[in-house]
Amino acid sequence: MITALPDPAALAAAVSGRDRLALAQALNLLDDRRSAARQCAAAFLDALPAEKLDGAGHLIGITGPPGAGKSSLTAALIQVWRRRGLKVAILAVDPSSPITGGALLGDRLRMHASGADREVFIRSLACRGEFGGLSAEVWPMSLTMLAAFDIVLVETVGVGQKEIDVSKMTDTTCFVAQPASGDSIQFLKAGIMEIPHVIVVNKEDIGLAARKTLSELRITLRRQMDPEGWQVPALSASAALGSGIEALADALQAHRDWLTAHGQFSARRQRCQAEWLVKHLREEFGRYGMNLLGGDEALFAALAEVPRRSPIVEYETLRARVLQGFQQQVRKL
Amino acid sequence: MTTPIKRDKPWLMRTYSGHSSAKASNELYRTNLSKGQTGLSVAFDLPTQTGYDADHPLARGEVGKVGVPICNIGDMEALFDQIPLGQMNTSMTINATAAWLLALYVATAERQGASPLQLQGTTQNDILKEYLSRGTYIFPPTPSVRLTTDIISYTVKNIPKWNPTNICSYHLQEAGATPTQELAYALSTAIAVLDAVRDSGQISADGFEQVVGRISFFVNAGIRFIEETCKMRAFGEMWDQMTQERYGVQSEEMRRFRYGVQVNSLGLTEAQPENNVQRIVLEMLGVSLSKNARARAIQLPAWNEALGLPRPWDQQWALRMQQVLVFETDLLEYGDIFDGSPVIAAKVKALVDGAAAEMARVQEQGGMVQAIEAGYVKRQLVSSHTERMRAIERGDLRIVGLNCYKETEESPLTGGKDSGIMKVDPRAEREQIERLEAFRAKRNGTEVKAALANLAETARSGANIMPASILCAHAGVTTGEWSQTLRDIFGEYRAPTGIDIPANDDSRGVRAVAIRTQVTKTGVELGRPLRLLIGKPGLDGHSNGAEQIAVKGRDVGFEIVYEGIRLTPEQIAKAALEEGVHLIGLSVLSGSHIEMVEDVFDQLSKVGLRHMPVVIGGIIPENDARMLKDKGIAAVYTPKDIDMNGIMVDILNLIRQAHDLEPVAVA
Ligand code: B12
Ligand SMILES: Nc1nc2c(ncn2[C@@H]2O[C@H](COP(=O)(O)OP(=O)(O)OP(=O)(O)O)[C@@H](O)[C@H]2O)c(=O)[nH]1
Ligand SMILES: [Mg+2]
Repeated sequence: MITALPDPAALAAAVSGRDRLALAQALNLLDDRRSAARQCAAAFLDALPAEKLDGAGHLIGITGPPGAGKSSLTAALIQVWRRRGLKVAILAVDPSSPITGGALLGDRLRMHASGADREVFIRSLACRGEFGGLSAEVWPMSLTMLAAFDIVLVETVGVGQKEIDVSKMTDTTCFVAQPASGDSIQFLKAGIMEIPHVIVVNKEDIGLAARKTLSELRITLRRQMDPEGWQVPALSASAALGSGIEALADALQAHRDWLTAHGQFSARRQRCQAEWLVKHLREEFGRYGMNLLGGDEALFAALAEVPRRSPIVEYETLRARVLQGFQQQVRKL
Repeated sequence: MTTPIKRDKPWLMRTYSGHSSAKASNELYRTNLSKGQTGLSVAFDLPTQTGYDADHPLARGEVGKVGVPICNIGDMEALFDQIPLGQMNTSMTINATAAWLLALYVATAERQGASPLQLQGTTQNDILKEYLSRGTYIFPPTPSVRLTTDIISYTVKNIPKWNPTNICSYHLQEAGATPTQELAYALSTAIAVLDAVRDSGQISADGFEQVVGRISFFVNAGIRFIEETCKMRAFGEMWDQMTQERYGVQSEEMRRFRYGVQVNSLGLTEAQPENNVQRIVLEMLGVSLSKNARARAIQLPAWNEALGLPRPWDQQWALRMQQVLVFETDLLEYGDIFDGSPVIAAKVKALVDGAAAEMARVQEQGGMVQAIEAGYVKRQLVSSHTERMRAIERGDLRIVGLNCYKETEESPLTGGKDSGIMKVDPRAEREQIERLEAFRAKRNGTEVKAALANLAETARSGANIMPASILCAHAGVTTGEWSQTLRDIFGEYRAPTGIDIPANDDSRGVRAVAIRTQVTKTGVELGRPLRLLIGKPGLDGHSNGAEQIAVKGRDVGFEIVYEGIRLTPEQIAKAALEEGVHLIGLSVLSGSHIEMVEDVFDQLSKVGLRHMPVVIGGIIPENDARMLKDKGIAAVYTPKDIDMNGIMVDILNLIRQAHDLEPVAVA
């Protein structure tokens, strides 16, 4: 027996019904590279309740340099959310060893605050290779978790200071800045860093350095606006002391409210899925492959209509088209 | 006519002991004292050390197992029944709950009619090494260090003959530290503690010399006994210089490096355990040969250290080793026999220089507390231990009977019907709970409440914790209540695991690569990379084995989930489910493996994962190993299984077997 594949519809129903074992199995399925499993996964996603994936819950990304305190802040946020009666799922992406391919999934330890709480579900993922501090499975897994939880939070690998790809695949992205490291500010100023929706300077307990970083950030941000018109707040907090966490949770919620108020919420989720598809295809086939599909712009336009439940189906379709294109090119040679 | 030879006074001889109940331990202590032991060294059970009462769910399987359970003053009085505390010298290995156990000790002494001025002994009270090795911490570092400084300030003023803290390098060596690391981290810890006492404002400037003079150390002595001799001389030199330069201590007396020892146990083997006797004796030389760097107190492990808990006879044998050295040899008749040796001086200098450099790295990070919180120190220890394990596995570090000269006759030592170890009476836990319930029923509830409210108030205000704790002791507060009150205020902590170290050179070796290839292949066959959960259920803090298995697993290509020590079986099952692992590996060294395995299986059934393969490693006697397999454990590993690559292949094949795949062979 090589783990029999589950019935996709039954699995989707169980996940929506918040069955924890089913959710774990679904995540395993979405991780499974075998082709039968991929088909099953596609059918599973398709069977998830569309309204949850399109309009419900809050999908949050948390990113920032290594050791800034992403996991510690997550732990603190979990407590606040739980007090507010929200159910929380986490996808924690950890680096894997470039040499051995093995990985130590350590974020979970830092998030331990969740103890034995059944309304908190943490899945770690190894960043197997690139994907800008994420992992290709993040999007389908996030969707799955949205079917059962109020908040889904994705912690990225502590990537460099300017890549925050996660911001393209979440409703709201929070950047955790390290006090006294001017780099993120420089990148923001120079406009080479994707602008997050909320910036938080962690470790305010250490004092002066944190306050300085915060005020520099605020000055920089006054000149920078989110292209859609959201005014990015910069806050400070301390995961260690638990200070500033309520305010951080409020700021994240405020961005979600803003998206809804401006009628952008659903469009944003749509865009996230397109970003994931394009990124995933680019990882696999490079620029050459993208050109075979008519280039990024055309692709995004075409993807604006794909339903949220079908990312894998769509991916496989596009993948087939690229492969076909390759074959035609080869035949020409 | 011959003049009688002038001999130095022997050091204090102790045996670290305690088990089952206060009453049973009291009997043991009195027997030991009658055999010529000159001080007491109390081993507490894990619930007492981590602040839980015997009836707390987390205490299950651990009550009275590796030490004596002390839940309240009733137990403490029973422990020292007919032992006059005014005259005794008692060492208590207690850390997170040190203030509480000292309060119980003081209250017991008061009830015996002794004055605090008479009390002599030691509370280990070194919390920082708990985060690095020993594992019985509760609160985060900052409030923990405050409790440490409270004890120091209080005893210096009120119990002047007490050693309020024993800065420990012992446990660092047991977690893999090199001599240089031992020196550097112990002295950095001393700096953190002394700075904290100074900054707390509880001690006047002219009283500070007194504080420095009361600091003592608890050191390890490994098998490389010449180097260990040099390490002890280096400790003395560095301490003298540090206390003079950093703290301006004028009196030479107050700058003296005072230390006690337990010799190395990490190197004591399960294979041919009789060889441990030679090791223990040689290790004792490292801390006794050089008069100017001689230990003040020594306790020795027993020959059967790696098999399980020692019986009274095993402990007696260890005590006799000291007595033979002290009373039969001429060791105590000479001055220092190393002074003036250039060989020794050069080695000492090398150690001092190395340690000073490492201390500077710690200070650069803001000091020992910060370096621990950042995970730096723990990573250094795990790296050193990994080096050691790999050297043993390769055979470069030779250990007689373990990786060379393995052929042996049958041992008459392990044959008996107790298999050569002590078995704690399984009724001990039940009986302790009954005693605790009876005690609770008898006490005055209003008084208890008031004492706890006062404790909480003191904890919040920042006033010294000791007077409020002594009040609690007299009022009949329990260990669990005292600790929970502080947990609510200070919060709880999980220390960094230190396993996030770079891949070792051996992970590029032929065998590792071959295993990795198979691990990856199986991952492809099963659709996704293979995942292991390494779990430490219960209160057991022995993390070395789990850490080494985790690092090795990563190095051969597994994805590893490891959340550190002290998880409940429920948390382990939860993590196994959420993380979608292929196999669970448990590590239990404290002796509670049967209870833990039963509980983990129960919890796995509850979450629907009872079919998952589970292996276990640790101190597991052969009979128990069979029992565990009957319960459904797939494989059992013990200290003699040093072929870590082999363990990885087993694990791979267990996963394959669970998915109906043929096993693979890796040459
Ligand atoms: C080192 C050590 C310590 C260190 C631990 C440092 C650390 N962070 O790990 C220190 C000094 C802190 C310590 C403290 C104590 N110790 Co201690 N300690 C030992 C010692 C000497 C060696 C253990 C060790 O680390 N070996 C090296 C590692 C790599 O080996 P290992 O864990 O056995 O792992 C191997 C296999 O077992 C297997 N394995 C282990 N786990 C796993 C998991 C998986 C998944 C797999 C596949 C394999 C596997 O693989 C490894 C490879 O060979 C043993 C005796 C001995 N020589 O074995 C006593 C021993 C375990 N300690 C003991 C005791 C009682 C204590 C204390 C509780 C004493 C007290 N009352 O305070 C304290 C408290 C600790 C606590 N918080 O729980 C007892 C336990 C008695 C029992 N089981 O009946 C022992 C047996 C000594 C004795 N005879 O009294 N200890
Ligand atoms: N002083 C202080 N230290 C903190 C705070 N939050 C986190 N830390 C410490 O910072 C270190 C890193 O914290 P993590 O939460 O693991 O940071 P991270 O960003 O998730 O790290 P990676 O996932 O490894 O990139 C740990 O040693 C924490 O104890 C804080 O608010 N104050
Ligand atoms: Mg993290």
